Amino acid sequence: MKRDASRGRQSLGERIRGLRVTLWTLIVPPTVWAVHFLFCYLWVAVSCAKLGAFPRFPVAFVVGTLAALAIILASGWIAWVQSRTPGDDPPHDEGTDIDRLRFLATATLLLAGLSFVAVLFTAAPALLLTDCR
Amino acid sequence: MSLHAQDDPALRAAQEERLRAVWAPPKGLFLRWTDTNNNQVGVWYTLTAFGFMLFAGVLALIMRVQLAQPGNELVTPSTFNQLFTLHGSMMMFLFAVPMFEAVSIILLPQLLGARDLPFPRLSAFGYWSFLIGGVFVSGSIFFDAAPDGGWFMYPPFTTRTDLSGLGADVWMLGLSFIEVSSVAAAVELITGVLKCRPPGMRLNLMPLYAWYILVVAVMILFAFPPLIAGDVLFELERLLGWPFFDAAKGGDPILWQHLFWIFGHPEVYIVFLPSIALFAMIVPTFARRHLLGYPWIVLAAVGTAFLSFGLWVHHMFTTGLPKISLAFFSAASEAVAIPTGIQIFAFIATLWAGRVTWSTPLLYVTGSIAIFVIGGLTGVMVAIAPFDWQAHDTYFIVAHLHYVLIGGTLIPLFGGLYYYWPLITGKKLSDRIGRTAFWLLFGGANLTFFPMHFSGLMGMPRRVFTYPEELGIGGLNLASTIGSWVFAAGVLLVCVDLALSPRRGKAKRNPWDAGTLEWLSHPDDEDWGIRSIPLIESRYPIWDQKDFVAKVDEGRFFLPDAEEGRRETIVTSVLDARPVQVLRLGTPSVVPMLTAIALGSVFILTTYHLYWPALVGALATLALVLYWLWTGTAEIPEKDCKPIGHGIALPLYISGTSASGWWAMFITMMADATAFSGLVFGYYFFWTRHENFPPSGPGLDGPGSFWPMLAMAVMLASWALTVAARELNRREAVGTARAALGTAALLSLGAIGAGLAGPWLSGLEPELHVYPAIVWTLAIWTSAHCGVGAIMQLYTLARSLAGRMTPRHDADLRNITVYQHFMALTAVVTYATIGLFPGAA
Repeated sequence: MKRDASRGRQSLGERIRGLRVTLWTLIVPPTVWAVHFLFCYLWVAVSCAKLGAFPRFPVAFVVGTLAALAIILASGWIAWVQSRTPGDDPPHDEGTDIDRLRFLATATLLLAGLSFVAVLFTAAPALLLTDCR
Repeated sequence: MSLHAQDDPALRAAQEERLRAVWAPPKGLFLRWTDTNNNQVGVWYTLTAFGFMLFAGVLALIMRVQLAQPGNELVTPSTFNQLFTLHGSMMMFLFAVPMFEAVSIILLPQLLGARDLPFPRLSAFGYWSFLIGGVFVSGSIFFDAAPDGGWFMYPPFTTRTDLSGLGADVWMLGLSFIEVSSVAAAVELITGVLKCRPPGMRLNLMPLYAWYILVVAVMILFAFPPLIAGDVLFELERLLGWPFFDAAKGGDPILWQHLFWIFGHPEVYIVFLPSIALFAMIVPTFARRHLLGYPWIVLAAVGTAFLSFGLWVHHMFTTGLPKISLAFFSAASEAVAIPTGIQIFAFIATLWAGRVTWSTPLLYVTGSIAIFVIGGLTGVMVAIAPFDWQAHDTYFIVAHLHYVLIGGTLIPLFGGLYYYWPLITGKKLSDRIGRTAFWLLFGGANLTFFPMHFSGLMGMPRRVFTYPEELGIGGLNLASTIGSWVFAAGVLLVCVDLALSPRRGKAKRNPWDAGTLEWLSHPDDEDWGIRSIPLIESRYPIWDQKDFVAKVDEGRFFLPDAEEGRRETIVTSVLDARPVQVLRLGTPSVVPMLTAIALGSVFILTTYHLYWPALVGALATLALVLYWLWTGTAEIPEKDCKPIGHGIALPLYISGTSASGWWAMFITMMADATAFSGLVFGYYFFWTRHENFPPSGPGLDGPGSFWPMLAMAVMLASWALTVAARELNRREAVGTARAALGTAALLSLGAIGAGLAGPWLSGLEPELHVYPAIVWTLAIWTSAHCGVGAIMQLYTLARSLAGRMTPRHDADLRNITVYQHFMALTAVVTYATIGLFPGAA
């Protein structure tokens, strides 16, 4: 109970900064890109091979793309908050907990940006091509 | 040990004497080849890969002479086919990838201030495998038996034994063997980067070279296994007639193209990123400042690694896949230009912001960036599908890929050679010869490959042994041939420079005044790697940390001694490099070499269809591996802890997720699972290719549900008992744990029978159609893994009975549990696929 109460007093930013950051969290945005990419490829391959066409408004495709973008945005936003953890002076290249956190968070944020763009790139063809030729 | 104990010169001398004795290389005509020390094995590895590069280069020169004028008859068409196939295959499999591994085996421990990598015997095994496989593949051309299907070996010409000779088997089996050694190197390098960093070297202080190594090794883990899966299918077709790529029997040659290029495209980045990693070490040294944009470089490395797995179909734009599929891959191919560009800009910005000292290595770096950028731009062109339809399989592609590989791999490696030669030999190479060689290489590369853009656009197809005069490309081809000889003169000049090196005097220590750890190395090198393992507080400790070099040399940091006469290094935690263990390393041994010979014999004998001798080789491999593990791993130390200085004592034995052995098992199983997913991909790929899949008819009816479900249940019981054995053993219920392990092994053996019973009893004929063939393949793959699992369970039981595994010293049991987790997953996927798929039951 006491622990819950003290949590309640923490701001959202503090709680986010308390999240554990590892090499696994670093690769969340590009992994989402990879899953989305595989999903697009398989969706088209299976639709074209088994149905001979895909729907004019592909609900699964749109939902999948929006979900991927949402996860990448969330991951990037968390990383952005973490990368602004107050503490040591710039250029943040010292052997401290905060600098390590800031480094991993910055790298995650940058990867989120790249992954966001890459998901848009991958999704774009479905706006233009509407058949299996 | 007090802080000031190291002030005593007598103590330091005694410590150095002990370290020297422990790390002394084996002597004697034969025994010296049993060495496992990374700075020895790494040098052999590098020289061997360099030798293969020269050999493959000579093949290219012969081709260029043949193409110098129209209608030339220097070599026959058949020899020409062998020349270009072997040139491409050797440059990729025997030079570019092994060279990265070789250089990393030398450099990585020094960059990380470690005495050696965590598994020195594994490195030695990888080297001997590479040497045997490499000589086997490259030697085949002297017997007119070299592969001749192009370096990507497209079926059906290569799978039909009436259309292709032994060369296809040499390629498949010889290179599969080398792929095994590449995966071994990846395990070693990933574990090295994650677990053997010096105390204090958190992730944000890691040298960028180590970041790139980590990324590239992980890429190998996911890129090579699909090719291994493809090789398995390919050889099953060639040797047993299982029709995976035979359209007449329901197979599809396009599956090979998928499996090959899922490997083949990441491969391009696997050979490119290590060279960029060399840039990341060379540029800051000569710009005299920290590299700008450290997290941006990490973004570029990780981002490129991921995106590179979404590009493979851009090699298949002309195979008739739906346009929208092509568009997905085209989009990803354009996106990968973003991270690639970012790292180039980071280097340019660093040079701009620094005080540049012009030097030979930097000349190579800047020159190769120029060549690489040209190749990158034509890459963006061919990533656009409509352009590719015009340029596909023409000399335009040959020009593009050589610009990328020469600018992105070869010339950077020569730059790295000039930069790191003093680290390895203590001597600098000649600046004058180096610069002359550079201009020959730079001019030669452009003169060879730039005209190829035009000859390609004018219609010259690649891999053609000659061309008619009327095509009007004679002049362009002559220019390319002259360029290739200029380039060869540059390579020769580098070789001359290397040959002159023994006559030169030693350079001063750290001759480039670099800031990173590897330059602690002394010209009169000792074999112990590093005198004491430092505490790291900066990315450039030699520049930034006070009295750093002196403190390392005087043994004022960690582990300055080898009191017990053992080779040791420090294992640290993944994120923050907190010390967790003193790891005792493998010593020189003949076992890695013998294991490589035994395993090599399996592959080579299979090539010649000598199956019984190959089986003997396989059993010998198994026996040697068990002996190696039994005598050389998870040894229970004579004491629990050992002091490493500064009042810190570390355990000598750890198990579970913080131990290097656990990571090695986990990483190996990731590769294994990737190969398995390649086979499963095959099953579903065939499903999309057929109206009725599974088909029906005599010899085609599925294995039913009963046996697959039984096999799955028995296998899951074996898995559960292994997990139970781990927990029971931990709680000191040793007897019950042993009983559980024994039962688990029996169940694993039972799962083999149940797994094979399904396809056997339903009479599936694998030569008839691709469906029975892929079902058999999945069942055999899973059953073979059950067999390996049973051996592991029995081995661990024997370790327990022999007192080599106890409740506190349980690394063996924890590591095989990791195997069993993956085994359970494999069994569930296999048996759900072949037993529950609609129509199979």
